[in-house]
Amino acid sequence: MGLASRPDARTVSYEPQGNEGWVATRLDFLVNWGRANSLWPMPFGTACCAIEFMATAASRFDLARFGMERMSFSPRQADVLICAGRVPFKLAPIIRRIWQQMPQPKWCISMGACASTGGMFDNYAVVQGIDTIIPVDVYVPGCPPRPEGLIYGIRMLQEKVLNERRMDNRLRDEMSPDPSSQLYISPAAIDELGEPFGNSVHQTRSAP
Amino acid sequence: MTGKFETVSAGSALPANDAPVTPHGIPHRGGAVNPAAAALGASFPGAIVRTEVVWGETTIIVVPGRILEVMQWLHDDPDQRYDFLSDVTAVEYRDLDRPVEVVWHLRSLPFRRFLRIKAQLPRNAPLQVPSVWSIWKSADWIERECYDMFGIRFVGHPDLRRILMWEQYKEGYPLRKDFPLRGRFSRSEQLRQALVQNPEAKYSMEELSIADAFEDLPEDMRRRIGSGERTGE
Amino acid sequence: MASGTRTIEVELSTTGLDAHGKPQRRPLVTNDGGSAFEIGAPDSMEPELSGDHMLINIGPQHPATHGVLRLVLELDGETVVRCIPHIGYLHCGFEKIGEYRQYNQIIPWTDREDYLNSIGNNVAFALGAERLFGIEITERCIVLRVIAAELSRIISHLVWLGTTCIDIGAFTPFLWAFQERENVYNLLESWVGARLTTSATRVGGMAADIPAGWMDGLRQFIRTFPVTVDEIDRMLTRNAIWVGRTIGLGVMSPEEAINWGLSGPMLRASGVAYDVRKDFPYLEYETYDFDVPIGTNGDVYDRFLVRMEELRQSVRILQQAADRLPEGPVNIDDPRIILPPKSKATSEMESMIHHFKQVMEGPRPPAGEAYVAVESPKGEKGYYMVSDGTSKPVRWRIRPPSFVNLAAIPKMVEGHLLSDVIAINASIDIVMGEIDR
Repeated sequence: MGLASRPDARTVSYEPQGNEGWVATRLDFLVNWGRANSLWPMPFGTACCAIEFMATAASRFDLARFGMERMSFSPRQADVLICAGRVPFKLAPIIRRIWQQMPQPKWCISMGACASTGGMFDNYAVVQGIDTIIPVDVYVPGCPPRPEGLIYGIRMLQEKVLNERRMDNRLRDEMSPDPSSQLYISPAAIDELGEPFGNSVHQTRSAP
Repeated sequence: MTGKFETVSAGSALPANDAPVTPHGIPHRGGAVNPAAAALGASFPGAIVRTEVVWGETTIIVVPGRILEVMQWLHDDPDQRYDFLSDVTAVEYRDLDRPVEVVWHLRSLPFRRFLRIKAQLPRNAPLQVPSVWSIWKSADWIERECYDMFGIRFVGHPDLRRILMWEQYKEGYPLRKDFPLRGRFSRSEQLRQALVQNPEAKYSMEELSIADAFEDLPEDMRRRIGSGERTGE
Repeated sequence: MASGTRTIEVELSTTGLDAHGKPQRRPLVTNDGGSAFEIGAPDSMEPELSGDHMLINIGPQHPATHGVLRLVLELDGETVVRCIPHIGYLHCGFEKIGEYRQYNQIIPWTDREDYLNSIGNNVAFALGAERLFGIEITERCIVLRVIAAELSRIISHLVWLGTTCIDIGAFTPFLWAFQERENVYNLLESWVGARLTTSATRVGGMAADIPAGWMDGLRQFIRTFPVTVDEIDRMLTRNAIWVGRTIGLGVMSPEEAINWGLSGPMLRASGVAYDVRKDFPYLEYETYDFDVPIGTNGDVYDRFLVRMEELRQSVRILQQAADRLPEGPVNIDDPRIILPPKSKATSEMESMIHHFKQVMEGPRPPAGEAYVAVESPKGEKGYYMVSDGTSKPVRWRIRPPSFVNLAAIPKMVEGHLLSDVIAINASIDIVMGEIDR
């Protein structure tokens, strides 16, 4: 599955930089190339997706060829948080704290349907998408995603990293949650993201 | 370090040529009754409400107040020897007229038998049953989970607190039928309540008292915790 | 947004300082109305302070806790004095959802709760539902389900092996184990279309029959897999480091093991010969010729030996099942329970009505209850289903073997060193998805 020249590949595109000098763009390239090809993942593996993540890191699919074989279980040394699996509400402050402990530059991959949107767990216990808690860069759909799917997501993240510009000084901003509620997006947005839609509205009916 | 253990075999109380087989053609109702039913009826008159055999499994409904002595007898009696507590759970029916049932699944390994004991709790009274932790240690966490999900108090349990939800969970008891599938609060409210928990920074009283850890905290943290503030990042 | 002030009375859990200047804490819980009440402190909470003990928190995010498990340890130097586990970080409301889904719709949930034993869980649930419906499945389905269950046991034990080796320090067997898992994943993917979350069974049969040439793949696996098991065995079983790190740890005597409700390899390593396949058989396991390994010391090393031998015995069962697979239909012939083939559902009226009823309402069992237990790789896995005659169960209870096995960890780690805690935790073979559901 060629990742490079797909007609529908959406790459992150930026305005052409007229004012940046040649040295700055070369420096950008060097830094980004180094970062993208040696992302140290922090596997926040909770459930089934963690098993597929482990399979991706194992011999058949081998994350080492992307420079990601060094799993960093300490967030202080990690670059990318891969949230693999469903996140219940009890785990929400943990993932928030882990994210805040990671130093910049950091990215987040939400692996699987449950991490992206709550997946098939539209109930009282599961967070409907970790993007309500931490900012996510790449979403990888699947339940669980095949290792090739996860690798595609990692390649998308690498493209995103390669296209970063140092003069964009908003890239490395930390999120600032509201001190009293600890939410970093508005409650109305969270409610809207977590709403059931389509067929889901019938799935909360217990009686026949 | 102990020496080698003697092997304990399931089915040790049965004759050696009694190899079990996969059951086929089990009737919906009726069939062989577990001998515990007759023995219980003889030893504990008045404790047994009803005995049913559904899909080959014997269910004995016991008066809630007599559960502990019945369980103790089932564990100790040499003809019963129900030494393995498989599960403790509860069932609440959609029909509001039916009581909430607490269900115990017992196995006798020496006799290779399975038995289900139930206690029916009327809905208009507080839900509580005796704990069987004193008989089977496996009841520890299983009863805590039943309390967490249904709100049934197990009297005599050493440490009955929530196990799956966090201890200050306010929405209620999730597996009750009046608890909606998606919870009682809005998603943002659920997330807000979860995020302010900060369980890692919070240790239970038992844990903090263990290591006298309060002394080791820095001065300003001691002041803030002493005034009831939850620590942030 | 309302303005003005409100006074709210809240019950505080700190009531000032006691005589020693330490905060007095009362454990409070809230009832459904939101009002707090105090629960009495159990006697066991009296602190025993003999010297300076350290309080260490492991998890919930930790590479070696096999999921989101939090262990709080009281350490005297490196020795564990007390261990308090906290679970619930992966509680996703499976049992609640089961009350809102038809029986066939619950099958994808069984994949995800013990995600290492997905197809084994599918088989267990289907057996439970068929008991509740009063259905006898076909001969071919019985043998296919045995094949599925044993493949599932193999892949679960391989994950356990790989992750335990990493925890104790040996990295290579992880790669060997996962490479073998890929071979099984290829087989499962060609059968049901998915590697991990298979949803392979249906009430009354299977989602699909095996494709042509599948049995050749299975026989190839049966031929090559024991070579890898031997390789891992050669590397670990008589390795001084491995033996030194696993012998004598986490001992449970047979009586304790039974009383604590342990099951599976944990129980058998302690010397109790109880295997659900032998003692309460299902799927005609009594007709297969296989042994159940029993340990005698009840320590981590014995659990390792028991699981390694179970891998070999599973291959034996697979060989016999592959030889005896009968021809015939995989699903039962009841149009009210099994979906008709699409070609008939789109052309014949009666089949279309059956299809409609099954999809919109779902097959309805008679009112009753059933508890079916199988021998999952972790232990006695049971599904207890209560039906009131409707198409959705009134109660779906999962009896989780890892949950009950993990409850014994405070007893097993007392007196051991911190690094032993990791080895003992690994030897229980827990899956947090099953523990927390």
